[in-house]
Amino acid sequence: MKERTVQLEVLRYNPDTDTEAHFQRYEVVCQEEWVVLDALNKVKADIDPTLNYRWSCHMAVCGSCGMMINGEPKLSCHAFLRDYEGVIRVEPLTHFPVERDLVTAPDDFMEKLKRVKPYVIGKMKPIEEGEHRQTPAQLMKFRQYSMCINCMLCYAACPEYGLTPHFVGPAALTLAHRYNLDSRDEGRKERMEVVATKEGVWECTFVGACSEVCPAHVDPASALQQLKIVGSIDWIVEHLLPGGKS
Amino acid sequence: MSRRPLIREVPPTSWFFRHPRYLRYMAREITCIFVGAYCVLLVVALQRLAAGPEAWAGFLQGLRSADSIVFHLLALAAALYHAGTWFNATQKAMPLQVGENFVPGNVISGAHYVVWVVLSLAILFFAGVF
Amino acid sequence: MDTIRTDVAIIGAGGAGLRAAIALAQTDPTLRIALISKVYPMRSHTCAAEGGAAGVIKPDDSFDLHFDDTVGGGDWLSDQDCVEYFIHEAPKELLQLEHWGCPWNREADGSVAVRPFGGMKKKRTWFAADKSGFHILHTLFQTSLQFPSITRHDEYYALDLLVDDGRCQGLTAMEMRSGELRQFHAKAVIICGGGAGRMFPFSTNGAIKTGDGMAMAYRAGAPLKDMEFVQYHPTGLPNTGSLLTEACRGEGGILVNKNGRRYLQDYGMGPETPVGQPQLKTMELGPRDRVSQAYWHELQKGNTVTTQWGECVLLDMRHLGEKKINERLPLVRELAEAYLGVDIVKEAVPIRPVVHYMMGGISTNTAAATPLPGLFAAGECACVSLNGANRLGSNSLVELLVFGRRAALSAIEHIQGLPAPDAAALGACADATQKRIDTLYARTDGTESMSGLRREMMDTMEKNVGIYRTEAGLQEGVAKIHELRQRYGRVILTDKSKVFNTDLFQVLELGSMLDCAEAVTVGALARRESRGAHQRLDYVDRDDRNFLRHTMVYHQGLDAPRVDYLDVVITKSPPGVRDYSGDHK
Repeated sequence: MKERTVQLEVLRYNPDTDTEAHFQRYEVVCQEEWVVLDALNKVKADIDPTLNYRWSCHMAVCGSCGMMINGEPKLSCHAFLRDYEGVIRVEPLTHFPVERDLVTAPDDFMEKLKRVKPYVIGKMKPIEEGEHRQTPAQLMKFRQYSMCINCMLCYAACPEYGLTPHFVGPAALTLAHRYNLDSRDEGRKERMEVVATKEGVWECTFVGACSEVCPAHVDPASALQQLKIVGSIDWIVEHLLPGGKS
Repeated sequence: MSRRPLIREVPPTSWFFRHPRYLRYMAREITCIFVGAYCVLLVVALQRLAAGPEAWAGFLQGLRSADSIVFHLLALAAALYHAGTWFNATQKAMPLQVGENFVPGNVISGAHYVVWVVLSLAILFFAGVF
Repeated sequence: MDTIRTDVAIIGAGGAGLRAAIALAQTDPTLRIALISKVYPMRSHTCAAEGGAAGVIKPDDSFDLHFDDTVGGGDWLSDQDCVEYFIHEAPKELLQLEHWGCPWNREADGSVAVRPFGGMKKKRTWFAADKSGFHILHTLFQTSLQFPSITRHDEYYALDLLVDDGRCQGLTAMEMRSGELRQFHAKAVIICGGGAGRMFPFSTNGAIKTGDGMAMAYRAGAPLKDMEFVQYHPTGLPNTGSLLTEACRGEGGILVNKNGRRYLQDYGMGPETPVGQPQLKTMELGPRDRVSQAYWHELQKGNTVTTQWGECVLLDMRHLGEKKINERLPLVRELAEAYLGVDIVKEAVPIRPVVHYMMGGISTNTAAATPLPGLFAAGECACVSLNGANRLGSNSLVELLVFGRRAALSAIEHIQGLPAPDAAALGACADATQKRIDTLYARTDGTESMSGLRREMMDTMEKNVGIYRTEAGLQEGVAKIHELRQRYGRVILTDKSKVFNTDLFQVLELGSMLDCAEAVTVGALARRESRGAHQRLDYVDRDDRNFLRHTMVYHQGLDAPRVDYLDVVITKSPPGVRDYSGDHK
């Protein structure tokens, strides 16, 4: 196994002692095939136990380890050292308040996730009647949008969210779309009250950065554009067509 | 000894320098200025046409100036970039599902390009270019 | 210390915890529910489970068959009354998830699809691509958001249970972002804190699987049951330990040694079945303990493939074809490509067994109640015992749902008519937690490095408590873990700050792991037989006369734990032979 000495430049912030963030340089011997998370773990175990960050699954499915690596939002368990040269700059995910070192406060995201009503809405049938019939085609209609691991890389990448923090944001809106498309759901109208608003999908200007950084291939940008079309048609039906509800 | 979350401000007028993808986005957005300006030019052209042969000749003369040529080159580049980014984006907004599969996005965008070329050729034909 | 008053406190917000919370909220919307977790719910390790969840649903299947598969798979250590309850509840729970929006894979006619899984006679594993655990977790979490009576306390590290009047009535926890301690006063507590696989150096488990819930109950006097039964999943990536789901084999993948031989047939799981046409309950679809043990034997014989990451065998899925792989095993393909640089469509992937699951845990009965009144447990942290000496793949995800719900119902029964907790008495208990934390912060004469102790613990478990165990090895393991527990009393907390101090959390997690590790090693040494996942080179046979019993380990502070036994409940299936050969009926 080949070894490689890696230099990390990591943002540090401790509210007990710091008024501002500062960078700290670490040099650590790594295996060639490691990811940035492995390097951080080695730093914490052998060099500096006071370094703080979140991680768990190490297989890009729990969404804990999002951070900025050389200015790009990435999962540190999925950022391979072989793709980086020179000093690697590691910072907490942009657009979120920094609690400590690489740990951000995701409160705004959690609230927005809840706001879009991401659950099946409609009359629940009894268990005894068995499953809802859903063909493979119906499943494929929404399945891509159910893959979101809630890692918030899209919120770090989205400049709208950075400039206008009241924006509901890519992941939350995509989750609303996922349920809208699910044949078992009847809650589209309720969700559109949250989605088709100024701070909802209409804040999006299709920068597309969210889809570029998404590690789970969800393509939130496409969900948001589709929501805009749905929202527009709703509006036309409601306001311009005879018989549309007001 | 307690929480004091650090807020990192986003620079409102220079955020797009942070990454090439944001510069590309801003370039795309700026193209609308050129597209809009060209529309204004077309309106002016109609007005000059309605004002008589002298006004029209003067307008055509103006089009041949160096400034005008530079503007037209820039506007053409902007319009091409504008159209290209728009067509590439359409595949995101209109997924076409056939059974369990989706029509590849490139096919949807590609169809837009084809229609664009056909319409452009038609316009040139009716304009007497060939 | 601030007090939060609630009716039921749930520790752990993974599949079991979320299911319990929803069951409480639906059954009685007036109940106050505190859902406490050291991570945001979506990070719970349920998300990493891949293969699926088993439930009898198809016409060719029967409850009797699921019962027999589970009891046999568990090498007759499962409590059969519990298995009986479980198999009947399983399909109902999976249907409930479907109603809540879980994207189960479907047949062409729109009904739920099932796939073959190890040790199961019939196809009964419901699945959502190869991210079943992920989808189950997110379905539960998103569904839970509609219940206002569930109050979540995200990133609260649970520390100690509060016991008064012989009943569990709450817990202390630290709000991780501020470092502030809080006490929760409740009429019932449900622990759903997961397993403790991180005590081993090489596992499929995420960083959070450190047995904190198990240790809390253990320290409060509840026994840990059957801890020596640690499951090795046969197919993990050799460098990161990441899980390659059993579904790889369910869909037809084969295991070969360095000579290209499908070696499982040499260990009672033959005759060889045609490539790409797996036969249920034999060859690559044998139970996990047997398949992992076969690797060990091949290793001894020198038949393994030497790679830069150690000795491996090969999992070959090339014959499945790209289409089937992309449809049913997309995550597996991504993992192998990203972390190993192997495209499973083109090459066989090197794998080795990795620690995956703990059959043992907090002892509960079929109603998910521990011997400590007011304390309930469900999921991997509990031992009902459903899984006995070896768990069948795809029983665990359903176990979360069935017993998460059962724990909720038991908790509701328990709290009827109970008076509110005595705040003063519980406050006095909570002082112990304050003292424990203060001691760590105040210590200036510490001598032990946290990461050093952790490394020693992991090395000991790997060396002495592996797939095959010996008397000498286990005695060494017991002594070493005991020593580490004493040395832990002098561990250094380097970071003395309060805000999100992961050095502190890792120190505390190490304490939990050491407590659980002691139960594992002591239980393993005392069990002088081989059964399921507990294999001894010096006692190779199963000994039903002496050991058809559960190991019960009781915490005795820093002293060695007390070991006792509890008979296994046998109802309709007396101990038999586990037959995974192709000629079995």
